[in-house]
Amino acid sequence: MSAAHHEDDQVQDGPKVLAETTSAAGKKIRTLQVVRPSPKDASFLEAGAKGFGVTLKHFARNFFLPLRKAAARAKAGAPADESLKSSIETVQYPEEKVTYPERFRGLHRLMLRDDGAVRCVACMCCPTVCPAHCITIIPAETNDKGIEKKPAVFEIDELRCVVCGLCVEACPCDAIRMDTGEHAKPTEERADGIETLEMMLARGIRSIAKQGGEGANWREKSRDTPDAK
Amino acid sequence: MSATLSSSLAAALPSWVPSGWAVLDFPATKWAILILLLVMPLASLLTWAERRQSAMMQDRLGPNRANIGPIKLKGILHFVADALKMIFKEDFVPANVHKGLFALAPVLALAPVLIAFCIIPFGPTIYPHSFTQILDTTELANNPASPLFADSIRLQIFRADWGLIFYFAVLTLANYGGTIAGWASYNKWALLGGLRSSSQMMSYEVAMGLSLMTPFLIVGSLEPGFIVEHGASDTMSPANPLNWLWAGGTGWLLVPGLVALILFFTAAIAETKRAPFDIPEGEPEIIGYFVEYSGIRWGMFFLAEFIEIVFISGVIASVFFGGWQVPFLDADGFRFSSLSAQLGFVPLAHGAVVGLQILMFGIKVVILCWFQLMIRWTLPRFRADQLMNLGWKLLLPLSLANIMVTALLKLIIMK
Repeated sequence: MSAAHHEDDQVQDGPKVLAETTSAAGKKIRTLQVVRPSPKDASFLEAGAKGFGVTLKHFARNFFLPLRKAAARAKAGAPADESLKSSIETVQYPEEKVTYPERFRGLHRLMLRDDGAVRCVACMCCPTVCPAHCITIIPAETNDKGIEKKPAVFEIDELRCVVCGLCVEACPCDAIRMDTGEHAKPTEERADGIETLEMMLARGIRSIAKQGGEGANWREKSRDTPDAK
Repeated sequence: MSATLSSSLAAALPSWVPSGWAVLDFPATKWAILILLLVMPLASLLTWAERRQSAMMQDRLGPNRANIGPIKLKGILHFVADALKMIFKEDFVPANVHKGLFALAPVLALAPVLIAFCIIPFGPTIYPHSFTQILDTTELANNPASPLFADSIRLQIFRADWGLIFYFAVLTLANYGGTIAGWASYNKWALLGGLRSSSQMMSYEVAMGLSLMTPFLIVGSLEPGFIVEHGASDTMSPANPLNWLWAGGTGWLLVPGLVALILFFTAAIAETKRAPFDIPEGEPEIIGYFVEYSGIRWGMFFLAEFIEIVFISGVIASVFFGGWQVPFLDADGFRFSSLSAQLGFVPLAHGAVVGLQILMFGIKVVILCWFQLMIRWTLPRFRADQLMNLGWKLLLPLSLANIMVTALLKLIIMK
């Protein structure tokens, strides 16, 4: 046993100081003992064998598990054996999928009115609030005097989107939602990462929220109501 | 028609090209069969096995998706995909490299390993004329010139008394592959890798050679084929199922034999330049002597490494584990008489015996390859100074002491 091996297996940094004196010239003199690993440690045999045991155990378990499972299946009616549970946690993605958390947002979708038109009124709230500047809206006029605008272009760059959901919070008319739970698809071109109006409408459904306010003659209506000033 | 064709062919060929049964006993034929049927498939499978096995050791799945249509085979096809990828990748040669040496280095790394396979006995001698019969061993011992034993095929390509010396000589050349690759690449990291590779080789070759002195002292030959057959001859009656290492008559020699096995195995892993001795590659720090290589040239280094694993397994199987010897199997059948009197002698046709013995050699090689992969994925890498300490201060003195102990024991036992 060398000095490196104390009973409590302490790790020692640097050489051990055996004695410390002062010379006649006033210089400090230290007697040091250099700590070297014991031959047992230097040969790495014991630690190597121990490590080999660990890896062998894992290998044997994962290697023979299919056989043990088949044997258990052949023995019908046997109680569920906890030791037959695979220790491999890998999810083989396209075939298997993990269940996402309930509040996972996913891709955007645009909601529809009763007549099937887009609910969005191009109010520009969502591109304004978007921290990633990933929403592009070019408004167009409508013939409907109650809802003056509609989006001619509504594009979201999913490669820039940080999925924060602020656009949904900002939307005054329940036109945009992030509740599909779908991932942005991997694409070969950057341009393919941009979701267009049609793509997001295809995912949309009719919203039951009331839209359009009071209609074109809202001024008259509000004048009629007694408590309006 | 075919007779005239073959005779005219034979007339057209130079005189040293064999014909008839002798074609099969021709070294080039045997080499091609060995490399194409055993070594290359095993080495290619090892590239897949290494990744799958390491995955199993680490509770992962590993590569399992390469497929041809619905055929997946647990991912075995990955090695086909890898090979195709490497062949069709751009063969990029950086500016300023030494063009000639740069091209030569992968060949120098791969070729010696393939050549060294010549010394491995991968099966017994085949007597084609008694293939379907039980081999008449008394007739073979008394009258080897009998027509029954004509056209024999020895399943070892190159047989010389200095077989293992040949192996050292040739595999040392393989190290030039790494060193020259490092030198020719015009890259400091590659050069460091090449230097590390040669310094490592130099310190471990010594212990490696000295550890093989133990079998040499016990068996009396450096010829792997002889060492394997020694297991079956005089001292190795069927009572001794494996070979000299486990030979009952030399019981005490088992101890130095085992020490020699461990020493040789350690040095051999250092020779394949794999973890825990992979400092010439040193992937996290210098990437190693093949850092500038790409495509199939890099693939040749890669393949050479795996072929070296197979080769080392073949050497260890032949020298320490009885090569193609099957426990209790003699040339004419199983002899269980030492095990139990009722079983006694089970005769077996010569063809079946040969098949079993070649299969046994394959099994031993596969198990030893598996063991090398286990070690590679268990132990972390040594530091360069630890590596030198282990080589010069532990393995070398131990192997020297082992030779002394073996010699003393042999003197005492043999009187």
